[in-house]
Formats: sequence, structure tokens, C-alpha cells
Amino acid sequence: MKNTAFYDFHVAFGAKIIPFAGYNMPVQYEGINIEHETVRNKLGVFDVSHMGEFWVKGPKALDFIQKVTSNDASVLVNGKVQYSCFPNDKGGIVDDLLVYKVDDQTYLLVVNASNIEKDWEWCNKQNTMGATLYNASDEISQLAVQGPLALKAMQKLTDTPILDMEYYTFKKLTFAGVKDVIFATTGYTGSGGCEIYIANADAAKIWNAVFEAGKEFGIKPIGLAARDTLRLEMGFCLYGNDINDTTSPIEAGLGWITKFVANKDFINKPALLKQKTEGTTKKLVGFEMLDKGIPRHEYMIEDASGNIIGEVTSGTMAPSLKIAIGMCYVKTEFAKAGTEIFIKIRDKALKAKVVKFPFYKA
Amino acid sequence: MKVPENLKYTKDHEWLRVEGNEAYVGITDYAQGELGDIVYVEVETVGETIEKEESFGTIEAVKTVSDMFMPVSGEILEFNSKLEATPELINKDPFGDGWVIKIRLTNNAEVNELLTPAQYKEIIGA
Repeated sequence: MKNTAFYDFHVAFGAKIIPFAGYNMPVQYEGINIEHETVRNKLGVFDVSHMGEFWVKGPKALDFIQKVTSNDASVLVNGKVQYSCFPNDKGGIVDDLLVYKVDDQTYLLVVNASNIEKDWEWCNKQNTMGATLYNASDEISQLAVQGPLALKAMQKLTDTPILDMEYYTFKKLTFAGVKDVIFATTGYTGSGGCEIYIANADAAKIWNAVFEAGKEFGIKPIGLAARDTLRLEMGFCLYGNDINDTTSPIEAGLGWITKFVANKDFINKPALLKQKTEGTTKKLVGFEMLDKGIPRHEYMIEDASGNIIGEVTSGTMAPSLKIAIGMCYVKTEFAKAGTEIFIKIRDKALKAKVVKFPFYKA
Repeated sequence: MKVPENLKYTKDHEWLRVEGNEAYVGITDYAQGELGDIVYVEVETVGETIEKEESFGTIEAVKTVSDMFMPVSGEILEFNSKLEATPELINKDPFGDGWVIKIRLTNNAEVNELLTPAQYKEIIGA
């Protein structure tokens, strides 16, 4: 099990540490609900150094990205970030990721910690055009500072204006005295803020500066558990739960990042185009519990007559909403908002209704 | 970590407070700390007689679901109805207002088989 460069801080802040994707990670500090609300109302800091980072460089960089990812990276301008996925050749998803365009010959791919090895192998296998790939995952530390006050607090640490940055953009800037920090207005919480990429050697300095800058705003460290409830309230997919090697981006509602444009051939494009045109037999949707009970990963879903129509992929009591919510795959005829479905919780079929994402609206 | 001296304990982190032929049952301070924020408690066994170590209900934290087990055999007389609206009482006061069920003992001898506070402290490393 590896430690991130912030491990000692987690211990000092009283975190409960669990093994996650090969790392000792903080799952919780003070308590999941208070951490969740801190991000919704103020600002909180996540150590996301376990995430993977691959550089794609050289004249073939864009060709490579257009082949392996589903979104259209040709529309990216320098300093823009794009959500995308790696489709596999069997109709599923290798991983979901962010694509950062630095310049025409330099891109950064940020992938899930649990998939770093699989993704690296996959990318190298697909790199028939000869782009330059470099796996920097062990060299880069990352903090996500999320919440409505995050940018205001972080502005104290840089002379470069960041308050007016658009969502899903980034700048290279000097931050807390550290040069060439990648500062992106991305995140996985739906409450705004930024993600900051730094070298491991600068990690301690940045952590201290971030907490000092955020002190007057009530900054707190936030664990993985609250990260999950925050993303779930937004209906953001979690790889391994809501999407995996067997679910297609079309079924998963990721049609908006699957671009069937003329100048782009990507892995499994014909099969996915067929799905988009003809429809899929199941769909990923959100639901709210109407009866009392909390849905969990892998609970079965029935129709009113007790026929199995799907399965829960993620579920929780939503801290900001005070209701139980979930994401699930259901047969397409049950996917319309307002449809009543029944979640099997401890042998009882409890009523729920399909709703649109996001669950939480700021 | 609180481990009150007047209670009996189980290795599954339940406590028992005996009052004559009846007893209150809840989960320990250690257990609530491990579970984190409690968001739902389900007990649908009131009126039933349940054997020692069998499940009498379910407790859900934000991220986890756990069964709760009978420390001793007994009839479930009452579920702490305050937990329906305020399950977080278990976090705030696990040995007091956060009690879960009241039971009638059906085999008083079993009480002596439970862990003493000292034995329980050893299990949780307190």
C-alpha cells in the first residue's frame, strides 16, 4: 500500500485511513455529513493524489487521443478541459477521464486511481500512431479544493486572476510561491472550486498554504466518503459502480461525451453509433426513494408485479437533500422520469421514482 | 471512548442494561464511532421473541449497512421511536437516548455470559 505525499497531514488531522486503489487514503475526518456540508456551503480539501496522470505529447498526440477517447478533442483550445471516456472494443468502458489541452502537442489525461495500470496498458496497446506517452502518476500530487468559497480563498495564493475562470478550464501559474502549478476549475462535487496539480516535493508547502489561505473561510479536509456522497448528489458516474468494462457510454447517459463526428474514428465507434441510433435495452437513471429505506450498490430493482427490471449501482442517504437517492440501470421502458420502480431492500420491495439528474441543485 | 461500568457487552459491540426481567439494548460508543453518521435504524421485530446472537434489526450509516444482534434471548417489547426521526441520537448518546430496543429476558442466565466492561475494553483496545 502506498502513501500519498499528504499522508502525514491526514493522520495529524485525525483521519480514518482505509486502503483504496493501492493507497492509504482518508475516508473520513470529522464526520461524513459535516464534511459534505462544508463543501456545499464553504470549502473543503480533498487529497486526490491517487489519481493517475498520463502525458501525451508530440505531433501524433491529438490523433492518439481522438482514437482512444469518445469525446471530440479536436474542439479543445489551449487551457480547456474535457470530460471523456476510453471505450473498449467490446461495448464497455475502460475508464472515464479528463483531457487537458496544454498546446497542440501536449495533452494531460487524468484517469481513475483504480485503473492506472489497466489504462496505461490499454493506451500503449492502442498507440499505433506513435504519440509520446508518459505515465507521471507517481510524480504528481493533486489537491481538489471544492466549494463556493474555494476560488476566493485560493486567489490569495496567486497573482494570476482565477475568479473569472470558466468551468473546466486551467492555467499554469505560480501558486503559493511554487512555479508551473496546473490550476484547473474542475471537480467532482458540483459545488465549484478547483483542482491543483503539483510535484510531490511541493506537496507539504502547498497543503499548508491552502489551509492557511482558507482558514478565515472555514476550510476543512474532506474524506473519500463525502467525496462519494457529493458526486452522487450530482449524478456523476463513479467508475466501478455506475460504469465499468461492460456498460456502454450510451447506456450510461454519456452520449454527450460520445461524439460521432466525421473527422474522428474512435474505438468501437460503429457499435456505439448503432446503439445511439437504435437505442439500448437498459439505461442509467437516478431515483429517489418514496418508501423508507436506503438503496445500496447491487440491490435488485423490480416493477410493480415483481419482475426484475434492473440493479442499483450507487445509493446513499443524501446529506444535502435529506432523502435516500440512487443510480441504477433499468430496462429502457422504465427509464422515464416519474416512473415508479421498486428497490429490493432486505426482502421488501420499496417504492422509488425515477428522477432527472442532478439530484442536488445549487 | 466511553464504556460505562453498569452495562454488559458483546463482541458485536452491543450493550445490555438489565432492569429486573427487562433490559435495554443499544450499540456501543466504539461502534457508533466506527460506523460514522447514523442515518437509518430499522427494527421490525417488536413482539417477536428472538434468540441470542440473532439479528433483531438493521442500522445504516451513510456508507454502510449493519445488522444488530440480540445480546441475549428475549422478547422485543419496544423500539426507541425517537430513532425514526433522529437516528443521530445513536451518535450523540449511544448509551442513553440512543438506546435501540427494550426486551423481556427469556433466559436470565445468559446475562452472565456477556462481556464485562473490562473484557469489552480489551476487545476494542480502549
